[in-house]
Amino acid sequence: MTESSALPVEPSPAPLLSAEDLARVVDRIAHQLIEKAGPDLAGLVLVGIPTRGAPLARRLAARIEAFSGVQVDVGTVDITLYRDDLRLRGVRALEDTRLPETGIDGRLVVLVDDVLFSGRSVRAALDALRDLGRPRAVQLAVLVDRGHRELPIRADYVGKNVPTSRSQSVKVRLAEVDGADSVTVTQ
Amino acid sequence: MSTLIKGARPYGEDAVDILVTGGRIAAVGDELTVPGADVVEAAGLVALPGLVDLHTHLREPGREDAETVETGSRAAALGGYTAVHAMANTDPVADTAGVVEQVWRLGRHAGLVDVVPVGAVTVGLRGERLAELGAMADSAARVRVFSDDGHCVADPALMRRALEYVKALDGVVAQHAEEPRLTVGAQMNEGDRSARLGLTGWPAAAEEAVIARDVLLAGHVGARLHVCHVSTAGSVEILRWAKSRGVQVTAEVTPHHLLLTDECAEGYDPVYKVNPPLRTEADVQALRAGLADGTIDAVATDHAPHAVEDKESEWASARPGMLGLEQALAVVVQTMVEPGLLDWRGVAERMSVAPAAIGRLESHGRPLAVGEPANLLLLDPAHRATVDPAALASRSCNSPYAGRELPGRVVHTFLRGAPTVLDGKAQR
Amino acid sequence: MKRHLLEAADLDRDDATLVLDTAAQIESALAGREVKKLPTLRGRTVVNLFYEDSTRTRISFELAAKRLSADVINFSAKGSSVSKGESLKDTALTLEAMGSDAIVVRHGASGAPHRLAQWVQGSVVNAGDGTHEHPTQALLDAYTIRQRLGRLDGIRVVVVGDVLHSRVARSNVWLLATLGAEVTLVAPPTLLPVGVGSWPVQVGYDLDAVLPKADVVMMLRVQAERMNASFFPSAREYSRRYGLDGRRMGALPDDAIVMHPGPMNRGMEIAAVVADSARSTIVDQVGNGVSVRMAVLYLLLGGASASE
Repeated sequence: MTESSALPVEPSPAPLLSAEDLARVVDRIAHQLIEKAGPDLAGLVLVGIPTRGAPLARRLAARIEAFSGVQVDVGTVDITLYRDDLRLRGVRALEDTRLPETGIDGRLVVLVDDVLFSGRSVRAALDALRDLGRPRAVQLAVLVDRGHRELPIRADYVGKNVPTSRSQSVKVRLAEVDGADSVTVTQ
Repeated sequence: MSTLIKGARPYGEDAVDILVTGGRIAAVGDELTVPGADVVEAAGLVALPGLVDLHTHLREPGREDAETVETGSRAAALGGYTAVHAMANTDPVADTAGVVEQVWRLGRHAGLVDVVPVGAVTVGLRGERLAELGAMADSAARVRVFSDDGHCVADPALMRRALEYVKALDGVVAQHAEEPRLTVGAQMNEGDRSARLGLTGWPAAAEEAVIARDVLLAGHVGARLHVCHVSTAGSVEILRWAKSRGVQVTAEVTPHHLLLTDECAEGYDPVYKVNPPLRTEADVQALRAGLADGTIDAVATDHAPHAVEDKESEWASARPGMLGLEQALAVVVQTMVEPGLLDWRGVAERMSVAPAAIGRLESHGRPLAVGEPANLLLLDPAHRATVDPAALASRSCNSPYAGRELPGRVVHTFLRGAPTVLDGKAQR
Repeated sequence: MKRHLLEAADLDRDDATLVLDTAAQIESALAGREVKKLPTLRGRTVVNLFYEDSTRTRISFELAAKRLSADVINFSAKGSSVSKGESLKDTALTLEAMGSDAIVVRHGASGAPHRLAQWVQGSVVNAGDGTHEHPTQALLDAYTIRQRLGRLDGIRVVVVGDVLHSRVARSNVWLLATLGAEVTLVAPPTLLPVGVGSWPVQVGYDLDAVLPKADVVMMLRVQAERMNASFFPSAREYSRRYGLDGRRMGALPDDAIVMHPGPMNRGMEIAAVVADSARSTIVDQVGNGVSVRMAVLYLLLGGASASE
């Protein structure tokens, strides 16, 4: 189970982000990426962290192409085998790790995830990337930053900052995985 | 010294008082009053003649860490026995007058049951030449039952000679029926379960082939044959056929073969490893039917204590055998009495009268009647308890009944009028 | 998943599929990488407890554990306390006291891993016990079949040879049945167990009759010592009736594959021309063994540890 996929709670609360909000946030991150990357844009690789980081990375790539005409490479990196909390969480099925054929050596890699919380997923992704190649730089894009970091990690691109308490759960739904788009906070 | 047993039900029948004096039953009647006699309250308890085991491994001499004559005798008395036949596969083997007399004396010293030594058929159980059967018969131990148990007397010519020779001694050869060439490396009953568990199979035919051979030999030479621990439906069929032809053959079945099946091997716990192995449900049903109709004459425990290290191992390296003395009657109550296959007189016949007759024991297996030796037990048939191997009197704890609830509790046992067990406690 | 992998029946269809899927993911995650190592089991200790010599199985498990960053201790019976008479139980408790999280055991006695599992807190993986089972071999065989043929459901697998003494055959029979394959055993009747009729398989004595419809032919190793025990008259007669030679290979459908758990007796149960042919998956099987054993170790050890 990912930290963003707690079971739905009844009655379902009003969403923090509607489908339209979510689309606008993705568009904004795409614009920021284009702007910040500048001439590096064509060499950029968007690497999604499964489960929901993977479709997010593909959406970002599509929006970047729509806004700039540049096709950026997309990949995924499964972090399950790099987690440091297996003893606590138990095993789960592995997901795909796929990188562009040209690899990531010397390139700007942007990790994409749905929710940034403790930072442990990102640390695991960084460890995985280290085994997969040597990027020129690694940045992080997240849909929601909910705080409560346990590691010195911050995001370069944030769709929405959401102050939460630890007991709350942030649930991101994406059409590719969940059938519809929304972000909700539940107790 | 007199003991008055109040309100016991001989063979489960009407309650009476039984007066025991001078080692014999002095009176049986209603409301007996005898001033000065010890009174044993036995209301509701079933009185049976003391049980006789044809097949006990007491391990002494040689493996006193697993059992001694004394601890085995105590286990026997607690199980309601007043006589046990001690098998010959000790170390040294009981193949001389000296060894059988030693075992007999140890039994007398323990004083809890009559320990009747079994003599080996062949020297060292090696199946090569006859041991001095006559010397053992003439010794103080008065051996009448001869057996290489643990090993089969596989050589047909040697078996024939043994059967013939013991006729002069009024003896009987108790055969461990197992064709050794068919059971090389065998670990459990050969069938569906052995196929899946990957344990080498012990085919029923290896037992049945030897029984068939031996009943033909016994018939041919006119000798008595006793078959140890019959375990298969086919063996029951062969015995039934042989008896119908007038062969002087008797047979025993163990409590564990009456209750347990090869399903027990599933977890590879060697407490269920035994020789012959636990068989199938169909075999169990055939054995019960054979015991009920008299094709099988007796229940014998094959009580086989083993030290912890001989059982706490891989299945293949564990020794075969399981405890039986303390639970034998309970298992017979569960498998034979409660389903209506035997009444209490039938239990007395199969567990006392017949084994005493096979072993030629004159003072055991006698009726509960005035003038008879006071060898008897009193059983509470309504009691049910879960078997705790740590609580057994045996020095070993390899009971296959651990954790099982079984019916019946031996409350008192008397050997020649002296209580060996009172209220479930051994008196020595 | 259960805590131990003692026999193929410990895996239901979902579990078995999870192992195969996980192995595939691990294989693709590591494909083409210079650093073939994952940190997943860092700090965990895996003991290879081998009472029988089996270099290939031990190395495969060792590599699997090391690629997951577990600490590996190899404990072989020879020259150890075992050869001084230490019991299996004492050895197991000693290893556990030293902090082992999993014991991978190869033992000559059927059921030895079951006994171990009763005595230790950690996971036990059966790496072959007597004539009982060798579940990770069956998993890697299933993995190889799926890799080559795309599926397992409905695949017709013929297992040929000494089924009676084969732990590989037993594990394959149960695992392949779980995964929906149709298994046919072909062997001289002396090398089939009494009781085989209760297995979820077809049984035949004629190899030529079943080859034209086979998707997979799995040849079992024939031990030379069986010959002396009259299980069959001679190596030559065995080879003639049950060996897979070039002519018999020609009778197979075009896509059919040939498997062997190794080590092979070339010229006995399998001809060199068959072993070296494009149909042969023998080398694939060895490579897949590492991925499958990584998946098993991950799934057994990755989760909550026994003390929690």
